[in-house]
Amino acid sequence: MTALAERVGPETGTEVQNQPALKAEVRGLSFHYGEVRALKDINMALHEKQVTALIGPSGCGKSTFLRCFNRMHDLYPGNRYQGQIIFHPDGLDLLGRDVDPIEVRMRISMVFQKPNPFPKSIFENVAYGLRVRGERNRRNVEEKVEQALRGAALWEEVKDRLHQLAFNLSGGQQQRMCIARALATDPEILLFDEPTSALDPIATASIEELIHELKRKVTILIVTHNMQQAARVSDYTAYMYLGELIEFGVTDTLFIKPKMKQTEDYITGRFG
Amino acid sequence: MVQSEHLSKQFDADLQGLRSHVLQMGGLVESQIVAAIEGFATGNRELIERVINNEPRVNGYEVTIDGDCSHTIVKRQPAASDLRMIMAISKTVTDLERIGDEAEKIARMSKQIHERDRLQVQRFGEIRHVGSIAVQMLRQALDAFARLDAAQAAQVVREDVTIDDEFRSIVRQLVTFMMEDPRTISSALEIVWIAKAIERIGDHAKNMAENVIYIVKGTDVRHTRFEDLEREAKG
Repeated sequence: MTALAERVGPETGTEVQNQPALKAEVRGLSFHYGEVRALKDINMALHEKQVTALIGPSGCGKSTFLRCFNRMHDLYPGNRYQGQIIFHPDGLDLLGRDVDPIEVRMRISMVFQKPNPFPKSIFENVAYGLRVRGERNRRNVEEKVEQALRGAALWEEVKDRLHQLAFNLSGGQQQRMCIARALATDPEILLFDEPTSALDPIATASIEELIHELKRKVTILIVTHNMQQAARVSDYTAYMYLGELIEFGVTDTLFIKPKMKQTEDYITGRFG
Repeated sequence: MVQSEHLSKQFDADLQGLRSHVLQMGGLVESQIVAAIEGFATGNRELIERVINNEPRVNGYEVTIDGDCSHTIVKRQPAASDLRMIMAISKTVTDLERIGDEAEKIARMSKQIHERDRLQVQRFGEIRHVGSIAVQMLRQALDAFARLDAAQAAQVVREDVTIDDEFRSIVRQLVTFMMEDPRTISSALEIVWIAKAIERIGDHAKNMAENVIYIVKGTDVRHTRFEDLEREAKG
């Protein structure tokens, strides 16, 4: 929520809304798993250094949509994209055939539902992306790893045991380490696929707090089943149903006065 | 505003319970004003005492319904129209409680006036008249709430202007009285307070009507021009 004085205009007493710049624009995006059309002609904007939440019932296509951003679907044969995801400021179409998915994943990182540490040390987990990128300078790697762990609010807890196996961390710490791993390559967009559904309320709160901190530097797109979480962490919310984008808007407005009846029914628990 | 049922039947029952409690409280408050104004006009002691004795019940409703609102928020984390409904209920019970206070005020002052009996209160048919407009506004506001009728709510807001005009005219008339016969000053002042209490009842009924528009349309119409409010209610 923005500052009160900013929202209450001095003369009119009406809300003042400043739209931030765009980081990405989804244009006419459809996606097919073989014969199944999982996304239908989605048009949506992703605002820079803002958190956008994707909500909707299971199977509505929100994870599928999220995965389009870093070309995760390329890993399986038979998957097909239509449309564009224009990445700003380059104007690059992320779905373009000539775009290298590995390069895309450096700039658009992802954090999954369950923490998925590699069977390596904490240090090597976080350094992984840098190594893939070909970073050889030890000091650079160390610096980046520390920066990423600080960014993920984990540094103080692990700085004395960086070379221990990552599996020894608690669930919440593992997830923050995965966020650090995602941050190490200085991504411009962070994708979160239900990042707290495997965590307890305390660990969830720390991840949400972190998301709040991270948006100073990166643009965030988060899939969540927890509507209160969407309301808490996001600036914009998109409601999806059966592969379609039903409604997209400012979170505060969408949760108080949704435009579409389908959105209203879903967020008020009237949805079968 | 047609709403389908929640997946949780208990949530439906909780919301329904809240709404019907507001209407019960509204019924009690309405009878309080009617009795207070009648007590003022007739000097009927029994009616006046009844209003004063019933006031704690009105307060009890406010506290209970507000508590239920908090519980519902904690249990259900309501969103959209459910959230608006609960927010509006919480504000509406505050307005109803204040109306209850005004009714009590009218009753207490009527008691004093009749005990002193310096001024022929029967001459103030205007109080009765403006009182009946206030009661009518409250009834309409409650009705609009029960039926979630934004257009009717807009009508209540419009009525508030009438009460304000009536109030000013009563004050003018009383000023004339006081100038003619200074012995009537203290009683006349009490009647001014009564008229003011009725005018406040109109304001609270108007707030309640604005809450109904908020529930139905999702737009906060407080402090907006009547034309904008009406457009919103009908749109």
